[in-house]
Amino acid sequence: MAPPIHYRASRWRYRANVALRTIAGTVGAYGVAALGAAALARTLPMARVEAVTFATMIAYLIAPGVSIWAFLARGPWRAVAGVVLAALALGGVAWIAGQPA
Amino acid sequence: MSGTSAMVRDGARQAMAWLHGWTGLLLGHILFIICLAGTLAVFKPEISRWMRPEINGQADPVRAITAATEWLSTNTIGSAGWYLSAPDGRSNVVNANYDSGGAYMSRALDPVSGAPVARDTLGGEFFYRLHFELELPYPWGRWLASLAAMLMLVAIITGIIAHKRFFKDIFTFRPGKGQRSWLDGHNALGVLSLPFHIMITFTGLLTLASLNMPWAIAAGYGADVATLYSDLTPGTVSREASGTKAPLAPVGPMLAQAQRYFGGAPVGRVYIFNPGDAAAVVTIYPVEVGAIGTLPAEISFDGATGKVLKAWTEKRAGVRAYQTIYGLHMAHFVPLLTRWLYFLGGAMLTLAIASGMVLWIVKRRERAPLSIGNRLLERLNVGGLVGVPIGMAAFLIANRLLPLGLAERAQQEVAVALWSAGAALLLGLVLPPALGWPLLLGLLALLCALAAALGPIWAGDVMILSGNMLLTATAVALGLLVWKQLRRRSAPTPVRRRMAPA
Repeated sequence: MAPPIHYRASRWRYRANVALRTIAGTVGAYGVAALGAAALARTLPMARVEAVTFATMIAYLIAPGVSIWAFLARGPWRAVAGVVLAALALGGVAWIAGQPA
Repeated sequence: MSGTSAMVRDGARQAMAWLHGWTGLLLGHILFIICLAGTLAVFKPEISRWMRPEINGQADPVRAITAATEWLSTNTIGSAGWYLSAPDGRSNVVNANYDSGGAYMSRALDPVSGAPVARDTLGGEFFYRLHFELELPYPWGRWLASLAAMLMLVAIITGIIAHKRFFKDIFTFRPGKGQRSWLDGHNALGVLSLPFHIMITFTGLLTLASLNMPWAIAAGYGADVATLYSDLTPGTVSREASGTKAPLAPVGPMLAQAQRYFGGAPVGRVYIFNPGDAAAVVTIYPVEVGAIGTLPAEISFDGATGKVLKAWTEKRAGVRAYQTIYGLHMAHFVPLLTRWLYFLGGAMLTLAIASGMVLWIVKRRERAPLSIGNRLLERLNVGGLVGVPIGMAAFLIANRLLPLGLAERAQQEVAVALWSAGAALLLGLVLPPALGWPLLLGLLALLCALAAALGPIWAGDVMILSGNMLLTATAVALGLLVWKQLRRRSAPTPVRRRMAPA
């Protein structure tokens, strides 16, 4: 069951595609979830310990969401760019908000 | 679907199947250990009872804790803390963690005398710790378990997307057809209790949140762990030892008052900080049955005077939500029937992982001769998938055979388990799989039967009797499996079918 010629020709493109999406969907997804947790912990309008607890739980919903999206995005570079942009935005929010007293 | 990529249109399923296979391959053995140990840990107190057959005394939580503190008062030196959990309907001992003279101890205390039980063993705690610490030093085991759980989540999600016929899979099983059968079995096991698999993986990850997702805590509290801890548990008191000695006030009245504060719920955990010091603190939590969320209240007493220092009932939404998630994973709240469902769900997940790992090999073997790497994986499957339960069965046998007075007896039991599993792994690697599978599975069957036969068969405790019966049933089931394997080997057809095109 050898793959068809046109498929074999683009095999490396395909592999690079999968590799990029995999990195975006694993390491990237964790990064976005972690920064999302940090941003939420500092911005949710409630007592500090409550914000931290909710933020931690929400992070576990963010991560698989980003993972799936990384494989559904229109192209591999778009997946990587989306993850990087989301991480930058959430990291920025956390940084601007600063650690609550 | 016009907005989706070419990858999604023609390759998403393949890509997901690929990712599913590789995530499973990468940490499959670790996940297998975690799931098998976790499944058994559902019955942690029951296993502990099976492993301590000498205990026949019973005492209510208040009397048992009182006896424990009396024994600890006269038999420990310079303790920083005693962490006790009271017996309940399932556990029949006081589980105590404490330090004495600089050494850290973990002992089961007799509910009547308060002294450590003669048969020093970790009991069900071994399976519980193995489940998330993997016999590795802190924090490495917990990190590895977290990583494995994350990959499991990826494997579950990609497994779902890789599927074409989701609900048909529940009802599809075509036995005796090589790869087809393994795939059907793997799919059925995975899909049939999928909600459980997702729930248990998610909640499992969350139980280790402070290790694997500490970023919200870091963002909110920085390095100020003390403030975080006091915010999370406002009913606890942390204060330094004064250096002045003072005997511990009678705990009985404190326990009674705590039970009144908990609305009649029996006391569960009792933590005593700096016992014997004038600044001692006694913190009491209610038992965890009766509500999903763990530790919903706490009350602290001054150890020297017995007066209430602080009391707290947890009502904050976020903390309660987390406690509920935690409790869903621990399953301390569930009645007997639901506990068996947890066990069944865990067993199916364990078998889904094992069948997935076998499937990886079967699939490749039916297409072409196996590569060196895959031949190694095939042998690792034999040694790992059977070696781990062999280690567990050896642990149970060691519990029955090691002499009671042996030094470090509990650790010796664990050593027997690890060496047995290691030896089985080696055997699996050395033997050809066609011989390794039936040999090791047969050995496992014999070990299970032996663990049951070592008794006490005359046990009055129904828990010990049920344990022996379950072990015997497991031995019989494994024996049948081996018999089937050997009978199929003697028939020539499967070997030839392997050569034929799919």
